[in-house]
Amino acid sequence: MTDAAAAPQSNTATAAPEMLSWDSKSRRVVMLYVPLACFLLILLFPFYWMTVTAFKPNAELYDYATHNPFWITSPTLDHIRHLLFNTSYPHWLWTTMLVSIAATFLSLLSSTLAAYAIQRLRFRGSQYVGLAIYLAYLVPPSILFIPLATMVVRLGLFDTPFALILTYPTFLVPFCTWLLIGYFKSIPYELEECALIDGASRLQILRQITLPLAIPGLISAGIFSFTLSWNEFIYALAFIQSSENKTVPVAILTELVTGDVYQWGALMAGSLLGSLPVAIFYSFFVDYYVSSLTGAVKE
Amino acid sequence: MATVSVRQAKKVFGSTKILHGVDVEIADGEFVVLVGPSGCGKSTLLRMIAGLENISGGEIAIGGRVVNNVPPKDRDIAMVFQNYALYPHMTVRENMAFSMKLAKAPADVMEEEVKRAAKILGLDALLDRYPRQLSGGQRQRVAMGRAIVRHPQVFLFDEPLSNLDAKLRVQMRSEIKELQQRLATTTIYVTHDQIEAMTMADQIVVMNGGRIEQAGAPLALYDRPANLFVAGFIGSPAMNLLPGRVADGGFRTDGGALLPLPPGANAQAATYGIRPEHLMLADDGVEGTIVLVEPTGSETQVTLRIGETQIIGAFRERVQGRPGDLLRVAPDLSLVHLFGPDGNRLP
Ligand SMILES: Nc1ncnc2c1ncn2[C@@H]1O[C@H](COP(=O)(O)OP(=O)(O)O)[C@@H](O)[C@H]1O
Ligand SMILES: [Mg+2]
Repeated sequence: MTDAAAAPQSNTATAAPEMLSWDSKSRRVVMLYVPLACFLLILLFPFYWMTVTAFKPNAELYDYATHNPFWITSPTLDHIRHLLFNTSYPHWLWTTMLVSIAATFLSLLSSTLAAYAIQRLRFRGSQYVGLAIYLAYLVPPSILFIPLATMVVRLGLFDTPFALILTYPTFLVPFCTWLLIGYFKSIPYELEECALIDGASRLQILRQITLPLAIPGLISAGIFSFTLSWNEFIYALAFIQSSENKTVPVAILTELVTGDVYQWGALMAGSLLGSLPVAIFYSFFVDYYVSSLTGAVKE
Repeated sequence: MATVSVRQAKKVFGSTKILHGVDVEIADGEFVVLVGPSGCGKSTLLRMIAGLENISGGEIAIGGRVVNNVPPKDRDIAMVFQNYALYPHMTVRENMAFSMKLAKAPADVMEEEVKRAAKILGLDALLDRYPRQLSGGQRQRVAMGRAIVRHPQVFLFDEPLSNLDAKLRVQMRSEIKELQQRLATTTIYVTHDQIEAMTMADQIVVMNGGRIEQAGAPLALYDRPANLFVAGFIGSPAMNLLPGRVADGGFRTDGGALLPLPPGANAQAATYGIRPEHLMLADDGVEGTIVLVEPTGSETQVTLRIGETQIIGAFRERVQGRPGDLLRVAPDLSLVHLFGPDGNRLP
């Protein structure tokens, strides 16, 4: 599912020639387009493989001797049909969507407030709080899921979407907070001082001055959170038991592998459909996303 | 409109003392310029008056009310920042109306105020533009417009012209001055440029190292600088300040030149000050060697060496000499400044 990242990255890269001045065309081809093509090939190949497999009939899929593995001779929608009508895939998709959106929203809300407080209010010990939030990010989920599991069970959230909605912020909040601290830093403090003199309260400043200027930062934090939630595996595996409530990444692996039989067609179709929302999401915001990583507020 | 009193204001950042007890009295409607070298604490003082920095000691009163613990929005002031601090995501109209919007003013009042300010500042045609679509001078005007729609008691300016080119700076300088005279609002203006201070101020406050060196009318500071710092800071080109002592019937500089003293001069004099424009070409004057001639058209600046002492003169006459030639100059004795060993003006 990392394949979805290929789309925005290729866009970033193609923006480069306008900024550099290359003297000759041949040099440009060698220095730019050839490496770029290799890069794209490597990034997009898994995506291609996934797509091809998803539409391949089983006969072709399991017989490389008579069929070209890189191509489909008679494409079929069987796998997708199987996925949509014989499994709970639509429900998994819905759960994943719900969990990702809710976790993203929750994380953005708390990160915005935290980042603003740390960067702008400069309360006593604010830099230690910032550091502590960052340290929390360094604890790997593969360790953290054990204590979290206890909490989830005690709170009676086991096997519900809330188990995920409330645990994903443990890694999303530190990430978003740090991204937003950096972004807030790029907004001139004078604007807020000016608003303060103009009579705005802290919350009014945040809502009417800082946040509108931080939209690109908020969007990239949102994209990151959404993608990370969408792809999350360990917590989803540990905290959800019933087949109904699983998220896409876990479900396709646990439900579509029966015994030691991999239903490759359905697996790949599930991955393909599962990565589409993220890719679509990215494509809407790619401009903001790039600008927030490469530049800050202008005038 | 209001008076502003700063009494023994102190500012400490951590363990660094930035202001060591500053006193300023500003009359209603007065234009006061805080001037001094970079880092002397001018902005800090202005921000304390605005309420953006807390006051470590002393008292600040606006219109007779002590504002030490009053938040900025309740001080009834407006501030123009060095890089204008226009809200980038709002149009000129929205920028100007922002404070009124926060105060929940009726829409027709806001529109009227914005129109009025825009007319005064010549921004009528630009109301729907965004700050990024404006030139430096226009942004400056919007920042001022944002201040005047509020009818504050005090305007605060922090180096508002330093981001503009030289020509625009001169133009905006007179615009600000004119506007202030029209509105008669008490104004505190910070700059490091003594020419701005001289041309705009009713009262100049010269600061250095967190202290006030002298406060007074521009010409009073020019005519009677209280100490060596003010003498060297006010006036362009700067006053010649020549260390030495009273001897041999005149003032003997450390470089060996003998300069005439006014009658009844204090024998304690340790520094002799004479402004370049107060030196005259005179056949019976002191003889010096020309080091450099810089004609500006209206006058000619000449650097002379008398003994080991370098001295600059500015003459209305066109000086024909070339480096190495001799030139005789005489100070206008009524305009000689003498300073004691402690650096203060001698009576
Ligand atoms: N927030 C701050 N923390 C520590 N020192 C400061 C702070 N703001 C200003 N200073 C120091 O105070 C001194 C005066 O600054 P400022 O008032 O900005 O000078 P200027 O006269 O150039 O406007 C400077 O030495 C500056 O380094
Ligand atoms: Mg300053």
